[in-house]
Amino acid sequence: MNEPGYAIRAEQLTKRFGDFIAVNEITFDVKQGEIYGFLGANGAGKTTAIRMLIGLLSPSSGIATVAGFDVYKETENIKRNIGYMSQRFSLYEDLTVKENIRFYGGVYGLSSSEIRDKTDFLLKKLELEHARNMLISSLPLGWKQKLAFSIAVIHDPKIVFLDEPTGGVDPITRRQFWNLIYEASSKGVTVFVTTHYMDESEYCDRVSIMVDGRIAALDTPRGLKRIFHASSMDEVFLKLARPEKVGDI
Amino acid sequence: MRTIRFLIQKEFIQIFRNKGMLPIIFGMPIIQLLILTNAATFDLRNVQFHLIDRDQTTTSRKLVEKFTSSEYFIPVAQSFSDEKGEENLKSNRARMVLNIPGNFEKEVLSNKVSHIQFIINAEDGNAAGLTQTYASNIVHAFAMEYQSVWSSVDNPKQIKIDYSFWYNPELNYETYMIPGILVALVSMIGLFLSGMNIVREKEIGTIEQLNVTPIKKHEFIIGKLLPFWLLGLFILGFGLFVAKLIFNIPIMGSLWLIFGTAAVYLIVVLGIGLFISTVTDTQQQAMFIAWFFMVIFMLLGGLFTPIESMPSWAQNLTVVNPIAHYIQMMRGILIKGAVIGDISFQVIVLSLYSIIMLTLSVLRYRKVND
Repeated sequence: MNEPGYAIRAEQLTKRFGDFIAVNEITFDVKQGEIYGFLGANGAGKTTAIRMLIGLLSPSSGIATVAGFDVYKETENIKRNIGYMSQRFSLYEDLTVKENIRFYGGVYGLSSSEIRDKTDFLLKKLELEHARNMLISSLPLGWKQKLAFSIAVIHDPKIVFLDEPTGGVDPITRRQFWNLIYEASSKGVTVFVTTHYMDESEYCDRVSIMVDGRIAALDTPRGLKRIFHASSMDEVFLKLARPEKVGDI
Repeated sequence: MRTIRFLIQKEFIQIFRNKGMLPIIFGMPIIQLLILTNAATFDLRNVQFHLIDRDQTTTSRKLVEKFTSSEYFIPVAQSFSDEKGEENLKSNRARMVLNIPGNFEKEVLSNKVSHIQFIINAEDGNAAGLTQTYASNIVHAFAMEYQSVWSSVDNPKQIKIDYSFWYNPELNYETYMIPGILVALVSMIGLFLSGMNIVREKEIGTIEQLNVTPIKKHEFIIGKLLPFWLLGLFILGFGLFVAKLIFNIPIMGSLWLIFGTAAVYLIVVLGIGLFISTVTDTQQQAMFIAWFFMVIFMLLGGLFTPIESMPSWAQNLTVVNPIAHYIQMMRGILIKGAVIGDISFQVIVLSLYSIIMLTLSVLRYRKVND
């Protein structure tokens, strides 16, 4: 199960809430260093799936490993090896930029000198040096999200999970955000990202599309477009999502 | 251990950056001590009474003078008819009617049994009882004086009672109330602030970010408890200081014992607060539940009404009421100079309580949901 080369493996992973099946026997794997796009409409089960992988929610059935650790029994080991940025904004609004970096760095076990170096490095990279002592609440959303991403990878995790990281920001900031993702990926970090911006899915090495709790398609963006005879990922998505709805009626 | 340090640092920054916080820390002790000690008094003074003196003699006037010169009674009206007195009772202008019949002096001088009447508003039974006691004492003293002056026979045999009030010889009301008010203060700070704290992180979503870090449960709980524990001890110290400065309350026992017991007690209160925050999802819910317990604990805690006068089932309930235990301890230490041996029962109960509450909150706090 635990072959080298795979960052995440899931087999028939399922989550039920009572009668409702939020995630229905999904099977996929993510290679180390890959940027994996996890797509789906709102309510398709993306967030539930992510929460199982990062050890916030225990699965109902199926198997999965993240960084080689079991999602049932070894959640604490998983947490040491991953970074996570949730769609709900997760920095402390009443702390300054510097204080947020120091707090999360400290919680991840970085030494004081590492925290100092990281802080300087991050602020320089994000061009936020002037905002060092500003409260997070006073920053524009785009800056917050870039900062949140940088903090999510502050401990150099093997895998980073991004749950709709670019929701609500302008195209330029999204582009900058993806540059951060590429940079992390070039250093060997595996990126697992959910989004519903279909143009963003073109940036991924491989994508899966979830429809009603199942993975309906999984391939490279180019492969998917070929299979579905589509010119863009938007079209692929519509073709996948529509027939289900029509079939329901 | 380093993780805990970062958590505590973060909490303190947040506490002191919160603009509403400093007024709470310094304002609440002063306001509570000043208002509650002066207003919530059991003492009965200045009872307003309506006088009906049908005798109009030297003797009757002497009796009335006894009433008016005491600090307990103030005459507000006078009439010759019962109806006027009744009216004043009804409209709350007077709490008592003192009725002296027309042949009062004659009866006194003739050594017959003489009569006067008190009509007391007994809506509040406690107050009525006290009024009656004070009034009877005055009449009794009056009778004794008359007996010694007018009686031709030597004083009949009588028993004189010497009172000796221990621990609070001047029956100083503040001395009795302040330890309890300090307890209420510390309890409120502990229960509400800790109760709100985790729920707030749930509401803004940062708890999820913490739950994906390798932070350990006990680190999290300690990191959340310790700041408010220190804050609680500080506020107790500040409250004691204010009480000493303004009311000059006695501090008979050792300060070590005061803060030692406070340290244990705060763990109980904070533990309850943390537990509440682990079973609720919004600050509103947490606040409501915290208030529910606070009100019950306070009313049954012996701050305003003595536990001894509660029905026995309510007295038994106080075993699980941390506030009741701590009020007894604080009164014992501050007023009576109790040492640890005198309060060992409460110390044991609170210690057990703190262990249970901590265990429960650690168990209830989940990093992984089902």
